[in-house]
Amino acid sequence: MAVSLREYRARIKSTESMKKITRAMELIAASRIIKAQQRAQAAAPYARELTRAVSAVATFSDVDHPLTKEEENPKRAAVLIVTSDRGLAGAYSSAVLKEAERLAERLREEGKEIDTYICGRKGEAYFKFRQRPIEQAWTGFSDQPSYDVAAEIGGTLIESFLKEQGEEGDVDEVHVVYTRFVSMLNQEPTAVRLLPLEVVEGTEPPAESELLPLYEFEPSAEEVLDGLLPQYVQSRIFFCLLQAAASELAARQKAMKAATDNAEELIKKYTRIANQARQAGITQEISEIVGGVNALADANAGAE
Amino acid sequence: MAAELGTGLQVVLVAADRTVWSGEASMVIARTVDGDLGVLQGHAPLLSLLTDAAVEISTPDGVVHAAVDGGFISVADDRVSILTEHALLAEEIHIDEAKAELEAAETLPTGDERELRIRRASARIRAAEKAS
Repeated sequence: MAVSLREYRARIKSTESMKKITRAMELIAASRIIKAQQRAQAAAPYARELTRAVSAVATFSDVDHPLTKEEENPKRAAVLIVTSDRGLAGAYSSAVLKEAERLAERLREEGKEIDTYICGRKGEAYFKFRQRPIEQAWTGFSDQPSYDVAAEIGGTLIESFLKEQGEEGDVDEVHVVYTRFVSMLNQEPTAVRLLPLEVVEGTEPPAESELLPLYEFEPSAEEVLDGLLPQYVQSRIFFCLLQAAASELAARQKAMKAATDNAEELIKKYTRIANQARQAGITQEISEIVGGVNALADANAGAE
Repeated sequence: MAAELGTGLQVVLVAADRTVWSGEASMVIARTVDGDLGVLQGHAPLLSLLTDAAVEISTPDGVVHAAVDGGFISVADDRVSILTEHALLAEEIHIDEAKAELEAAETLPTGDERELRIRRASARIRAAEKAS
């Protein structure tokens, strides 16, 4: 026996405590995910009303706003990568980063330089370790993002988008890479272009009765648009953050469930080996005793 | 919803992360960048920017007061949507906190930040005082 019974018992114990930890993390993720979904649902009315309003303005005025204007010769693109703050979520962060690398590759082929913006410590660490420049990083909120953070991120991105070409820090396109929450079992890393805004129609075509009425704009269509579009961008970013949060928790739950199952398996295996070792020890002792008794008996027989 | 159109206005007050209030009302008063705006049934479709101020919604059960931080109001087919990044109903406003906030803002150096915070704090105080 290479390893003694005592050592196997110690291993079983440590695996058991590990299993308790992963099990707890699994349960925490499971309970938070419900909250994350509720938050996503609570944010939906705002996004819906905002989309309605923006499509109303877009339909009834000639949209010619800096935020919708395509640069003729885009040279720089900003990429916002939404990752998690903490690990232990399976391939969650690395899947997003991979998607981001693919997008970056594509943009580079189109001859654009890339400014990287990051949400979440994991992404920050990834870029720092490779000594690649980060324009700005926001961390510390990945599992429950607030609207304020989204507003701040949106403000930063809009500001650099609105700068004239050639100016320091100007970008001509803004992309977001985040993980879309498809279902509890399936989350999909997705890249979308945020700016310039594409002509914004509702996601579903409005029903006949819902045809958009002729709006009056106060003070003017341009000014309303000025106020609306930044909020629209921020609400889109908020949506991405909420989706990413739900995906992160789902990925963590899945990873921790796998870890718990593995720990169980290991405990079973170790228990078997430990039992074997114990049995082997007993067998050896018995055979030693029997051997000793036989030897004694032989010696006595020889003496008689 | 179509059946209820005759009874008045369908109002939703939505903040970025939740629906603050929704229901039927007979009148909505909000302050736009051009001045106070009252909306009654049959108002022409309108989209307007709001300033940081109090909003009044007159319902059959009394008047609902709320403070909004900017945002906008859209009116169409007797449906009124008020969208804002943050909104607080009068019951949710802690008047002492708002007053402290106002005092803190007044000590700031003059500038946009000071103006904004004073406007927001006084909007909250107004909404809370009107309700009580």
